[in-house]
Amino acid sequence: MKPITIIGAGPAGIRAAQTLVAHGLYPVLLDEAARGGGQIYRRQPANFKRPPDKLYGFEAHKANAIHQALDQLRGQLDYRPDTLVWNAEAGLLDTLHAGRADRLEYAGVIVATGATDRVLPVPGWTLPGVYSLGAAQIALKFQGCAIGERVVFAGSGPLLYLVAYQYARAGANVIAVLDSSPFSAQVRALPDLLVQPTTLAKGLYYRAWLTTHGIAVHQGASLARVEGERRVQSLAWRNASGEHTLDCDAVAFAHGLRSETQLADLLGCEFAWNILNRAWLPQRDRAGRSSVPGIYLAGDGAGIMGADAAELAGERAALALLEDLGYATDPQRCTQLEQALERIGRFREGLERAFAFPEHWAADAADQLMICRCEEVSAGDIRRVVNEGHWEINRVKAHCRVGMGRCQGRMCGAAAAEIIACESGRAIASIGRLRAQAPIKPVPFGLEVEP
Amino acid sequence: MIEVDAVIIGGGIVGASAALFLSQAGRRVALLERDFCGSHSSGVNYGGVRRQGRPLSQLPLSQRAHEIWHQLPQLIGIDGEYQRSGHLKLARSAADLQALHDYAAASQGFGLDLQLLDRTALRARFPWVGTVAVGASLCPEDGHANPRLVSPAFAQAARRQGAQVHEQCAVSHVEHEGQRFVVRTATDLTFHAPWLLNCAGAWASQFAAQFGEAVPMHTGHPAMLVTEPLPLVMDASTGVEGGGIYARQVSRGNCVLGGGQGFALDAARARPGQNAVLDILRQAVELYPFLQGAQAIRTWSGTEGYLPDRQPVIGHSSTQPGLLHAFGFAGAGFQIGPAVGQALTEIICSGASSTPLDAFSITRFHSIPVA
Repeated sequence: MKPITIIGAGPAGIRAAQTLVAHGLYPVLLDEAARGGGQIYRRQPANFKRPPDKLYGFEAHKANAIHQALDQLRGQLDYRPDTLVWNAEAGLLDTLHAGRADRLEYAGVIVATGATDRVLPVPGWTLPGVYSLGAAQIALKFQGCAIGERVVFAGSGPLLYLVAYQYARAGANVIAVLDSSPFSAQVRALPDLLVQPTTLAKGLYYRAWLTTHGIAVHQGASLARVEGERRVQSLAWRNASGEHTLDCDAVAFAHGLRSETQLADLLGCEFAWNILNRAWLPQRDRAGRSSVPGIYLAGDGAGIMGADAAELAGERAALALLEDLGYATDPQRCTQLEQALERIGRFREGLERAFAFPEHWAADAADQLMICRCEEVSAGDIRRVVNEGHWEINRVKAHCRVGMGRCQGRMCGAAAAEIIACESGRAIASIGRLRAQAPIKPVPFGLEVEP
Repeated sequence: MIEVDAVIIGGGIVGASAALFLSQAGRRVALLERDFCGSHSSGVNYGGVRRQGRPLSQLPLSQRAHEIWHQLPQLIGIDGEYQRSGHLKLARSAADLQALHDYAAASQGFGLDLQLLDRTALRARFPWVGTVAVGASLCPEDGHANPRLVSPAFAQAARRQGAQVHEQCAVSHVEHEGQRFVVRTATDLTFHAPWLLNCAGAWASQFAAQFGEAVPMHTGHPAMLVTEPLPLVMDASTGVEGGGIYARQVSRGNCVLGGGQGFALDAARARPGQNAVLDILRQAVELYPFLQGAQAIRTWSGTEGYLPDRQPVIGHSSTQPGLLHAFGFAGAGFQIGPAVGQALTEIICSGASSTPLDAFSITRFHSIPVA
């Protein structure tokens, strides 16, 4: 019998797996990482012994719960770590594990592919020592490494303060936090943020902790450029009072997260423009059903909602799948989950207001700014193609290679879209959607293929 | 209502080059493209600019195209990454090598200047070719180009020359009103013209059928992939006698490989099949050992029209005066396309193509029932 398959062993995928197992199924859980937990609750290598509260802070109990949930499922599901799903086609998933290509037939799929940082490049962003916020956090959580000794955190989004706090707690010298959102925006967002008072409280705590420990937190402060010869040596930032410089040896920056939607695309899911995420997202109903029968979506891969929502959405998507297969499920639990997700959704709207997208970024980007580092395509290269009359993002890609390289637009696609929209005078929602193409991540020549 | 001398359906390299040459000849042209010019087969093909290996009947047109490609920057304003790297056709067996010898003998006089290489000569000249090849045939002046850039540039050049180029402009209705064609589009434009050029690629058969000359065309979806940039190794575009994997390396270092068939997502979109992709990843290292461990970063496919004899239809309609066909290039239209555009222009401007087109007449299918 073809199995139900879950892709991604983060909070959404693990809760989905747990729910399926609880109803007597034996699902397959595929995960690219060596150990489950996702990016947010990424586990350190097995021989590392740091205690959970050191690694996850306030979230230690949640991280523990997720890890334990997965550990307790051993033997009741087919868990395949270190496994990349690089393509989906006609009821089959193409996987790569330890240099071997394999294929998995499925009866249904729960896609829980998570998110990466949304990166809006600044001059100097390709210098060694510049990281995304998520990458800086992973270095710390996974390997116990800091990205530098004198670190600046910049951009916006909840991760900004969290990572700065974690670095400072771990003993790194945090020089400053540069939040591009103005304080006024955060005040205006308060009513929606109060929907989740504990989450809000944590956010405020991180910020207050940073301030009381003498770490400069600037608001309405945008990263202007990163400077250095061979690696980061300093940076310049701007606020209403002018330009300032800071000496540092590492920078982590991002403007929130973006969903990893390539697999949903290859699976044939319909997409719609989502204003809140400022991105194309696979469409889903409240329970997580996609437009394709048998394909379910959960977690940040279907729209950024955070780890708590991912757990709920993973469970809800699994229940939807079970309902659709004819299993008896608890309707009350379904309603509960949907209501909880709705509340987090409101909080999420508040967050978006508090950490507003820097609308002026594209207009301010200089022509020589590198947008696509894989293919070395600058803002000016993109603008030149737009000025030849192209405005559809896949056509712009065809003409200047933006998004054509190793990352397939996963890192540069959002920034490229902003430049195209700005230069063509079109709304960001009306320049088309960068189509996903296999492989989702590179696959090697000479691989072995399972018979 | 827009009055022109010729309406061209299809903004691929054939239609766009016809638009360019007709405009250069002073004709008023409307080029109608359902999607974006050069966004289908003409823009997503492998990028081979190759005469070697074509049926002998195509060689006069192909040779003519060879001259046009030589003038590419003057013609379309960009070099399109075109390089005459040479095209190396590999043989994996003595029989395949014999077939290459036979082709070289048969194609003498067409100007290909083929050089036959035995195992030793191949190894000496192209040390990056795997030992699975026992010999090869080299066409030194063949090469490759970037179809993503070249094909749309033909349409841009036509536009600069005065042609009306309408993108995202699907043709919804075509008829002949006794004196002229009436062509309506989904965008509510109406064109009148004495000439209609059916250059609609994989979607051309519907227009042929409308004029009572349906052809047994089917669609195919060649599978392609590209590697991350690698050190420059390949100094020729390659193919294999009897079919299989073909590969070239662009100056940026990426290797482009094709082989096998993908599948249609819908009438306009296609993806490379997982089997084809895995076959390329596994088998390419036999032919090109330096690829071992390199990463493939992207795969793609397109939608191409194939007729049973894998030859295109080019020339007059047999049922409707003023209608010209040019489609069904079977995955080999990129190199020859500009010459086809020139031949169609000659038919309109001087009554006949100076290059023989008889082998490509649509009448060859008249006795074949169409499913």
